[in-house]
Amino acid sequence: MFIMEEFIKNFYEILDDVEIDSIDKDTDYKSLEDWDSMTKLMLIAMVHEKYEKQISGNDINQSITLEHLHSRIQSI
Amino acid sequence: MTKGILNIENVQLTGSVSCVPKSVVSNSENSLFSSPQEAVKFIELTGVEQKRHLQPGVLVSDLCYQAADLLIKKLAWQKDEIDVLIMVTQTPDYLIPNTAIILQDRLGLSKSTACFDIPLGCSGFVYGASVISSMLSAQGFKKGILLVGDSSTTLAHKEDKAVAPLFGDAGCATGFEFSEGKRLDFKFWTDGSGFKSIYIPDGGFRNRTSEKSLHITQDAEGNKRTPLNPVMNGTDVFSFGITQVPGQVKSFLKSIDKQIDEIDYFLFHQANKFMLEMIRKSLKLEKNQVPYSMTKFGNTSSASIPLTLSLLGDTVRNTRIGMCGFGIGLSIGCGFFEIGDEFVNEFIEYDAD
Repeated sequence: MFIMEEFIKNFYEILDDVEIDSIDKDTDYKSLEDWDSMTKLMLIAMVHEKYEKQISGNDINQSITLEHLHSRIQSI
Repeated sequence: MTKGILNIENVQLTGSVSCVPKSVVSNSENSLFSSPQEAVKFIELTGVEQKRHLQPGVLVSDLCYQAADLLIKKLAWQKDEIDVLIMVTQTPDYLIPNTAIILQDRLGLSKSTACFDIPLGCSGFVYGASVISSMLSAQGFKKGILLVGDSSTTLAHKEDKAVAPLFGDAGCATGFEFSEGKRLDFKFWTDGSGFKSIYIPDGGFRNRTSEKSLHITQDAEGNKRTPLNPVMNGTDVFSFGITQVPGQVKSFLKSIDKQIDEIDYFLFHQANKFMLEMIRKSLKLEKNQVPYSMTKFGNTSSASIPLTLSLLGDTVRNTRIGMCGFGIGLSIGCGFFEIGDEFVNEFIEYDAD
């Protein structure tokens, strides 16, 4: 199952100091205070573990919101 | 049989000597980082607390020379017994000829020695081991030395935070010998579509060195480099590592009918601790099965596997070793071999002064 709510929950789990209510599909996730080189790698690891997909640095750079990223991953 | 598998009969590793420069560079005091917090974060992510840097004018071939010279003495080999000398390096003394050829003369080896280089990086020890073992497995040759290492700290631009704090210098010499009943197994994997994940744009024949090659550019993160320095897309390398390496290792072990708990030590290329921990957990390897050298020596390119081995000292005697080198290429090499009870395992430091 690859639904948006589930994806947001999985993304939330890699963050440290963010409330789940403060992120949604329109969140510009790279602007979050928690976002750094470590979260970037954890995102790649999460997508591989939960969805068995390999995303690149370019996939992350090219997507602004979580919804963008979600649809990019779906298209891989 | 699984494709990409190579089984080599009647060859064993008889000893290994690793040589690092004496000069220590600590990342917690690295002026490249804008704050101590940034340094702490880097160390947490990569695991690299400190590494060794070659002094100006010293080459990786000097480290390999020291390592090979001691290896020959410790194994009590006669120099004219050595049939083949292979050097795996991406930082040769000259573009031509190969560095192994120059070292034949420096080491005083016989003129009948086969000498050549293999210009691979992170996966290079495994590929080099497969080539030298294949030569020794055929009729005729009895003894060979595999040299590996790079002077990565001299390649990287000093102000490139993605590369400079990660790499250290090391050179290793490993002895291989014809030995009936022994064997080594290998598996290989290559994806050339990822060649730009780590590469040096200029200086080869695609883009010859020109005035533009000296032009310094700055990326979005503020890292500086010229087209003669390596550029690394760390995110893509990480993505490749965690998605491809566990599957390759699993498929390799299955094809040689070995279980994870039948391996005493699994030596990985020392890329990044966060990445290696993910790979280790994915393969269900215990912490004590996966030794690290990157904490004190950084990413030492093709030398990382034998350097990690050397740091284990005599505890490697009578053990079963798995190994996986992966990275630049993109390239993966997996290997399995057993170490006997007379294995020579040494670690030395080199001070040019």
